[in-house]
Amino acid sequence: MTQPLLDLKNVTMRFGGLTAVKDVSFSVNKTDLVAVIGPNGAGKTTLFNMITGIYTPSEGQVLLDGLSLNDKQASDITSLGIARTFQNIRLFNNLSVIDNIKIARHTRIQYSFLDGIFKTKKYRNEEKLIEEESLKLLALFNLDSKKDLLAKNLPYGAQRKLEMARALATKPKLLLLDEPAAGMNPTETKELSELIHFIRDQFQIAVILIEHDMRLVMEIAEKIFVLDYGNLIASGNAFNVQNNPKVIEAYLGAEI
Amino acid sequence: MDYYLQILTNVGIFITLTLSLNLINGYCGQFSLGHAGFWGVGAYASAVYGVYFALPIDPAFNMAIALSVGFIAAALCGLLIGIPCLRLKGDYLAIATIGFSEILRIIIMNTESIGGPRGFTNIPRWSNSWWVWGTALLVTLFMLNLKRSAYGRAIISIREDEIAAETMGVNLFRYKLFSFIVGAGIAGMAGSLVAHDQQFLHPNNFSFMWSVCILVMVILGGQGSVTGSIVGAVILTILPEILKLIGSDVSTWRVSIYAALMIILMLTRPQGIFGPHELFEKKKYQKGLA
Repeated sequence: MTQPLLDLKNVTMRFGGLTAVKDVSFSVNKTDLVAVIGPNGAGKTTLFNMITGIYTPSEGQVLLDGLSLNDKQASDITSLGIARTFQNIRLFNNLSVIDNIKIARHTRIQYSFLDGIFKTKKYRNEEKLIEEESLKLLALFNLDSKKDLLAKNLPYGAQRKLEMARALATKPKLLLLDEPAAGMNPTETKELSELIHFIRDQFQIAVILIEHDMRLVMEIAEKIFVLDYGNLIASGNAFNVQNNPKVIEAYLGAEI
Repeated sequence: MDYYLQILTNVGIFITLTLSLNLINGYCGQFSLGHAGFWGVGAYASAVYGVYFALPIDPAFNMAIALSVGFIAAALCGLLIGIPCLRLKGDYLAIATIGFSEILRIIIMNTESIGGPRGFTNIPRWSNSWWVWGTALLVTLFMLNLKRSAYGRAIISIREDEIAAETMGVNLFRYKLFSFIVGAGIAGMAGSLVAHDQQFLHPNNFSFMWSVCILVMVILGGQGSVTGSIVGAVILTILPEILKLIGSDVSTWRVSIYAALMIILMLTRPQGIFGPHELFEKKKYQKGLA
């Protein structure tokens, strides 16, 4: 069997006496589209924070292409190929839409600091390329006409899209989406599910999403992992998970 | 004539100082209140070079060396202070930087070989308005070009949202430290210009009050705006002189005027005169990075 893209091995995260994630293991292959679900406080976002290096796991290992991410800083993990969006949108609000994208190119910059200060040819050529590529990316998300607006002035749905575009601008192998459908109406959610499919096919990357909108999850996820109180209680395709008694118990409570 | 030339020189020096603080405060969003400390270190270091180690060469070369000495000394202090302090955020960073700059001032005050509380005298006069305005111009170009490069964008993204910046691959500590060191270094150059212009230094010329004055200039012009910093520095350097012409006692009124100005500004235009934008930006760019 080929090496998985992302491999979590017995990952545990403790905050003082609280165990937010307990002994979770799973793996994600290249171009997989998987979902992590679970009730509030199950540890889903903590899991994301460990994968992206915001937290270091108390125990266990996170591997990307077989390389351990435990001792890596968040910024290094980005350059290794993991990008994410946030549950509560975190754009660079007072910067323009296109500058939001350009910043995400940071780890791929070739020209040196002095090239930038003296505006050498190398700087000019690369900035031109960045501008073109950023516009292309924005066009994929229908945001190119809004490129000079401040990010904070975009409508909510467009902000979500911009955050995804910005994550993709880092050229990731793995994209983590933290509740992308939060606050969206059914039409927007439908668009979103198409968009996520499109992203996966177009960029040939793996996508993990955290989501509470079960219709979206069941529709697009090829594999679902269910967390409850930090434990991985079930995994499998939509049908298996929906009929798993442990999952039903976690969401609806046990029969007395 | 000399009087007006002196004001012109001061304006140039304060433009350099304000821009250097703008890098730390406006671009990177780190609230530093110890800028006068770096200014003083640069001034004293290059004065020490001028008094004790000056080479028998053309004053222009000596001034170039003095500027480098001022830059390096202040940048080293920036490094020393930045490593522990930049782990702090917001108000805590401000308090820590005040503390450090006062420590630097007290050390200078208690070092006899550089004049201690009597002040440092007999510094060779190497500087002139060409040096002052040349430095101000170079620093202005540096700041403008930095803003438009990927490295400047990374620094500005830290101001906007640290966690998002980090997730975009920006190494927070490295860029914060970079801003702090370079900002401190440029303030040191401004110090060097003062030392070799006035030929006399006193530790109290670099007290906490001056850190506040420079910060006021940055905020008046607009945090993150290069043209704003220039306008802020010009207005607040010339204002006391105008008050002097009117006849009031400058040193008593200046602080009150600053305070009143800040209150009016914060009530009417909290983002400063230019906000984060530049004066001559193209219209389409105006809502952008700036």
